[in-house]
Amino acid sequence: MRENLRELIKYRELLYMLAYRDIKVRYKQSVMGFLWAILMPVLIVMAGVLVRYGYVLIAGKHLEPSDIASVAVKSLPWAFLVSSIRFGCNSLVLNPNLVTKVYFPKEIFPMAAVLASLFDFLVASVALIALLLAFRIGWSVYLLWTPVLIAMMVILAAGVGMIVSAASLFFRDVKYIVEILLTFGIFFTPVFYDTSMLGAKGKWLLLNPIAPILDGLSACVALHEPPDLRWLGYSLGFGLVAILGGYVFFKHLEPAFAESI
Amino acid sequence: MEHVYKKFHKGEVFNSLRDLIPALTGRMFRQEDLSESDRREFWALRDISFEVAEGEAFGIIGHNGAGKSTMLKLLSRVMKPSRGTFQVKGRVSALIELAAGFHQDLTGRENIYLYGAILGMTRAEITAKFDDIVGFSGLEEFIDTPVKRYSSGMYARLGFSVACHVNPDVLLVDEVLSVGDWAFQRRCVERMKEVIRGGATVLFVSHNMKTVSEFCQRCLFLDRGRVLKIGPVEEVISTYLNRAQLSTLQDVSEKQALITSVRIRDEHGEGTRFQSGDKVWIDIEVTGRSLCKKLAVQFYIKDEEHQVVFNTSTERLGHGNFNLEAGEVFTCTFELSLNMTAGMFHPCVGVFRYDTQTSYDRWEPAVTIYVSHDEDVRGGVNCFPKVTRQEVHPAWEKSLTGLVSEGSGSGKLEVK
Repeated sequence: MRENLRELIKYRELLYMLAYRDIKVRYKQSVMGFLWAILMPVLIVMAGVLVRYGYVLIAGKHLEPSDIASVAVKSLPWAFLVSSIRFGCNSLVLNPNLVTKVYFPKEIFPMAAVLASLFDFLVASVALIALLLAFRIGWSVYLLWTPVLIAMMVILAAGVGMIVSAASLFFRDVKYIVEILLTFGIFFTPVFYDTSMLGAKGKWLLLNPIAPILDGLSACVALHEPPDLRWLGYSLGFGLVAILGGYVFFKHLEPAFAESI
Repeated sequence: MEHVYKKFHKGEVFNSLRDLIPALTGRMFRQEDLSESDRREFWALRDISFEVAEGEAFGIIGHNGAGKSTMLKLLSRVMKPSRGTFQVKGRVSALIELAAGFHQDLTGRENIYLYGAILGMTRAEITAKFDDIVGFSGLEEFIDTPVKRYSSGMYARLGFSVACHVNPDVLLVDEVLSVGDWAFQRRCVERMKEVIRGGATVLFVSHNMKTVSEFCQRCLFLDRGRVLKIGPVEEVISTYLNRAQLSTLQDVSEKQALITSVRIRDEHGEGTRFQSGDKVWIDIEVTGRSLCKKLAVQFYIKDEEHQVVFNTSTERLGHGNFNLEAGEVFTCTFELSLNMTAGMFHPCVGVFRYDTQTSYDRWEPAVTIYVSHDEDVRGGVNCFPKVTRQEVHPAWEKSLTGLVSEGSGSGKLEVK
């Protein structure tokens, strides 16, 4: 294990290069250029605002700027998670040459997918910050929590990414299963709604490890409240299990990659 | 490497859950048929053991599918052996497939960094060697062009240039020196020699016996996953070539006339090493198995690239043809001067009937010979050159000042 980690550190430059390649290729020869990074979050935010509008209409209230901010703040990390898992899932299968011909720690592939998605996320965050400023959401000391929460998302994405990339190398239909889970996952995750809207039963949704992180982000940024530390601890525990378990799982299967792809 | 085995599974394995799940449930209800799974196995390597000293250049030869590339994949740790262990000291780099890591949409410059990182170089290391790499590839003009616009030769050149600047302790080379044009190939060979001189251990896989014999002191002959022979490079290569010839001679029973012996000798007796310009004799023996008419013995020489460089026959040299009855033996001797430059050559012998264009038997190659020459002359033919005069003339002597004065920009040569 320690040997493996040392090797991973030795090859860190490759991680940056592969992420750079993915980013560069995505933006090269595309009409939209950097708008790509914003398109998907913008669509999610618009859908979220629409759903929110429906809620407040039924409840007989007005749509507050903080509602929109909350949806926007939760949509971006969700888009990041979806894109890192989606790219991560295909990262090994789409590079058969590198998997079969050259030796290096292969977990760099799903990790580079996460890194490239993180770049998109940061680009989109600039737009988000502009939006938050336009709505005069303001700031509080709890904003300091955001880097921690984003780091938790990254850990979770990397762990899941390693598991699905290795699994889809052996079984090609894993890709479709992951795709379905990602598509419908948004309904089981409080992106468009808050868990509090569902009353006491809403707590059950927090078992979804992404939910406490998203709720925490919404609380820190949009509502100026501290996040729920107990649930965050649960998410962190889940994230650590995912990344450690994912790493061990990946490393266990890695020797068979070249002949099974 | 000690007692290394590698097992592959033949046929299709389950590669989707959709197939696996029914298969697993099915297997729970019936005993698994072990003999069937045994039959699906295929040993790509069996009981391979060898040792390569530090700084040695070691060749691995064998026919297609002998397991050469599998061996390099094991050594480069892309695959794991099914059984056995091996140890490699130092940083390993593999020239397995050039440009495997290139991305079509990135420029040459970006791909150098990407491929360099894949091969384990750091960014600083690549930056330091960047000019050398580009200079070696000769692609300065196109370095900021996406590689998808490159020709396949340019692609391969760039790949080799990056790969050969890695400076590993152990270099694994798999049949990659045949890229680019002739000039670039020579440069690759030179570079490889430089790497070897620099103290790197090199494992060299090739079908090209010439390059193997040029680089390596020792060699391993792999046949269907087993080591057939390890030893000095020339011995192993001749075993390899003899076996190649044997495999083409399976249907002896069908043949009406057989070549039964081919020997090559010079004035000191039989041998395989000659000096350029030596006179040699080739003794050929043909045995008839049933009545054959109007036969002639062909003799031709192929170079290491299996191009025919010389061709003649008893009939074409004006000795008429001959008939053979069952049991009769025909012998003849060709006398030749080896007016070729240094290298490896394959003299070949055939029994042929010209009017019906029938080939009765053929040894290709009949033997393999190594021709050496003390002078540095290159090319195929040795014209035995001598420089009989060489001098530098003072500028005024021939009044060719127009050549060196600045006024000659028009391109005209003015002789005053």
